[in-house]
Amino acid sequence: MTVTLIFLAVIMITVIVWLLRQTLNVQPWVSDPAADAVSGTSLPAHTKTIGLTAFLAVATSLFALFVSAYTLRMQMVDWRPLPEPDLLWINTGFLVLASVAYQWTRGQAIKGHDPAVKAGLLTSGILSMLFLGGQFVAWQQLNGAGYYLSSNPANAFFYLLTAVHGIHLLGGLFVWARSTLKVWGGGEADTVRLSIELCTVYWHFLLLVWVVLFGLLLST
Amino acid sequence: MSYAAVHEDDHHDHKPTGIGRWLFSTNHKDIGTMYLVFALIMFFVGGAMAMVIRAELFQPGLQYVDPQFFNSMTTIHALVMIFGALMPAGVGLANWMIPMMIGAPDMAMPRMNNMSFWILPFAFTLLLSTFFMQGGAPAAGWTMYPPLVLQMGDGFPFLIFAIHFLGLSSIMGAINIIATVFNMRAPHMGFMKLPLFVWTWIITAFLLIAAMPVFAGAVTMLLTDKYFGTAFFDAAGGGDPVMFQHLFWFFGHPEVYIVALPAFGMVSDVLATHARKNIFGYRMMVWAILAIGGLSFVVWAHHMYVSGMNPYFGFFFATTTLIIAIPTALKVYNWVLTLWQGNIHLRVPMLFAIAFIFTFVHGGLTGLFLGNVVVDLPLSDTYFVVAHFHMVMGVSPVLVVFASIYHWFPKMSGRMFNETLGRWHFWLTFLGTYSIYLPMHYLGFLGVPRRYYAMGTTDFIPESAQTLNATMTIAAIIVALAQLIFLYNMVISLRNGKKSGPNPWGATTLEWQTPDTPPKHGNWGDELPVVHRWPYDYSVPGEEQDFTPQTVPASEVPVGRDHGVTHG
Repeated sequence: MTVTLIFLAVIMITVIVWLLRQTLNVQPWVSDPAADAVSGTSLPAHTKTIGLTAFLAVATSLFALFVSAYTLRMQMVDWRPLPEPDLLWINTGFLVLASVAYQWTRGQAIKGHDPAVKAGLLTSGILSMLFLGGQFVAWQQLNGAGYYLSSNPANAFFYLLTAVHGIHLLGGLFVWARSTLKVWGGGEADTVRLSIELCTVYWHFLLLVWVVLFGLLLST
Repeated sequence: MSYAAVHEDDHHDHKPTGIGRWLFSTNHKDIGTMYLVFALIMFFVGGAMAMVIRAELFQPGLQYVDPQFFNSMTTIHALVMIFGALMPAGVGLANWMIPMMIGAPDMAMPRMNNMSFWILPFAFTLLLSTFFMQGGAPAAGWTMYPPLVLQMGDGFPFLIFAIHFLGLSSIMGAINIIATVFNMRAPHMGFMKLPLFVWTWIITAFLLIAAMPVFAGAVTMLLTDKYFGTAFFDAAGGGDPVMFQHLFWFFGHPEVYIVALPAFGMVSDVLATHARKNIFGYRMMVWAILAIGGLSFVVWAHHMYVSGMNPYFGFFFATTTLIIAIPTALKVYNWVLTLWQGNIHLRVPMLFAIAFIFTFVHGGLTGLFLGNVVVDLPLSDTYFVVAHFHMVMGVSPVLVVFASIYHWFPKMSGRMFNETLGRWHFWLTFLGTYSIYLPMHYLGFLGVPRRYYAMGTTDFIPESAQTLNATMTIAAIIVALAQLIFLYNMVISLRNGKKSGPNPWGATTLEWQTPDTPPKHGNWGDELPVVHRWPYDYSVPGEEQDFTPQTVPASEVPVGRDHGVTHG
C-alpha cells in the first residue's frame, strides 16, 4: 500500500499546494479594479493537454495500485517468481525506439515537414506494434514453459501487469491510427500537430511505466 | 476562450430535434438535464428496492421474498443509489451550473461530456440485467468482499464490467470538469472568485481521478480470480481477502466525499443566497475543502476495525478520522454562522438546506462514535452503522440535491415551482427520514445486526424492537410517496409554472446573470461576462439592493462601500 499512498500523497500535495497558492493573500470580498486586471488568468495550456495530464494521473494511480498489490503479495510464502524471458529486453528496445521515433516526429511536425512526419508516424507505430507482438510471444513462451496464469500468484501478476500496460498502449495506437490516417490521407501535418505532441508525452509515459514494471519484475 | 469560439457555437444552434437532440447533444445544459433525469429514475428504482427491504422487515420472519433476493436488494439498492442516483445528480448539477458559474459557453470537451453520460444507462443495463441471470443479481453487499462475491453466478462479469463503465464515465466527467474550470473561466474570474460549488467540484474531480482507478483495478483482480484462476484475494488459492478490503476502502472512503463535497458546495451557495449574507469564512471554507480532499485518502481503514488488523494501525486510522472531523466541523460552524443575523428567507430551497445542517451534524456525530476503535467494535455490522451512513451520505446529500433543484429550477426552466407542494415535499421528507433513521440508531445499540432478512429469538433483542421495525417501514412508505409530490411538482411546473424572471432569488453568481432564461446555447450571447467581484456580495452596507452581481464593476457602486474600504 505504501507505493499507492506515497504516489497519491505526492499528487494531492502538488494539487493542493498549487490551489492553495491561488488562495493566499487574496481578500476576495474586496473588489479592487487593480487586482481584477491581473487575477483570473486561465492556464496557457490547451484543453486537451490538461485532459491528457489528468488521464496520466489516472493511469499512474492504476499502475501504482497494481505495483503496491504486487509488493504486498510478494511477501507471502507461496510466492515463486518466474524467470523473465530474454525477449522482454528486445521488446523494451522496441518501445524505447518507438518513443524516440515519436519524439523525432514531434520535432518534424513543429517544423512542418510533412513527408518526415508521415515516415516518423509510421515508424513509431510499427515499433509499438512490434513491442506488443513481442509481449504476446513472450506470453506464449512462458505458457509453453509451463508458467500458467493460475499456477502461481507471481505468474498471475506478470500476465496482469503486462496486459494492462499493453491495453494502454493499444489505446495510444488508436489515437496514433487516427492521426496517421489523416496525414497519409493528404492532411497537413499541422492539423495533427497537437495530437502528435500529446502522443509523444503518452509514449514517454508508457515507456516509463514499462521500465518501472520491468525493473520490478526483474528484481523480484 | 475567445469570443470567436462563442460565435462558432452559434452555428450549432440548428440542432436536431426529437431523440437525436438528446442522443448526440454536446450542450452542457442538455447533458446536465439527462444526468438529472437519469438520477431521478435511479432514485425511484433504488427507492423501490428499499421498499422491498422495508416490507420484508415489517413483520418478523420471512414474508415476501427469498433470502437470496433480499440480499440482492440490499446490494443493488446501494449500488443504484450511490452510482446511479447521488453521483449522477451531482454531476448533472455540475454540468448545468459550472460552465455558467465560471462564465464559459460550454464544457471544455463537449463530445466527451456526451459520452460520459451515455455510458451510464449502458452500465446500469449491465448491472440490472443480472436479475434475470442464472445465479441472480449480486448479493454480497455493495462492498463486494471476496470470497463471498466470488460465489456469484453468471451475473458476476456483468457486475464487474458495469463498475468499469461507471468508473470510466466518472473519470471522463472529472477530466472534463478540471479542464473546464482551469481553462475556461471568464475574464478576471480568479480562483478566489469562484462560488464554493465550483471549488468543491475541483477537489471532487481530483478525488475521482485518484480513487476510481484503484476501484477498477481491484474489481478487475476479482474478475481474474473468478475466471482465470488467479489467487489475488481468493483464500482457497492462497490469496488475501483483507487486501481487497484495503483496496476497496481506499476507494470507498474518498467515494463518500465524492458524494458529500459537491453537496457541501451547493448548500453553501443556497444558504448564502437565501440568508442574504456572504458565506461566513469563504477562505476557511476553501481551505477546509482542500484539507478534506487530502485527508480523505488516509482514513480508509476505519471501515475495517473488525478485520483483525494490527491495533496500532487502528489507532492511526482512528486519529486521522478524528482529524478529518476538524475541517468538516469548521464547515458546519461556518454554515451556522452564515445564518446568524442573516435576513433568512424560508423558501423551499432554504428549508432543505437548513435541514441538511441538522441531518449532517447528526450523521457526523455518529461518525465520531464509529471512528473510535473501541466504540466501533460492538457497533460494527449493526443497524447503528446503517443509520449513520444513511444520515450522512444518504439523506444529507439528497436533501441538498433537492435544495439545489428547487434553487436552480427557475434558471433551468424559466418557471417557478409550486411553493406549497414544495413545502409538503420538504416536511414529509425531512420528518419522515428522521422517523426512519432515529429509531434505527437505537436498534443498533440493542445489537440488531444489519443485512438479516429476519431475526430469530435472542436474549438481547427485546420483542419491542420489532415494533420499531414496523414503525420504520410505515415511515419509509410515507417518505417514498412524498417523492411523488416532487415528481408531480416538477412536471406541472415545467408546463404551467408562472414565469420566474432571470433572477428570482436575487443571487449574485454568474449563472443568474445570463441574457436569456432559460439560457440559450452558448449561454452568453456574443460577449462573455467580465467578473468584477467575489460571488457573495449580499447585503453590502451602503448599497441600494441587497445583492451585487459579480458582473457589476466597482465604478458602478458607491465609493467607499466594500466594508468601509475606499478604493480609487
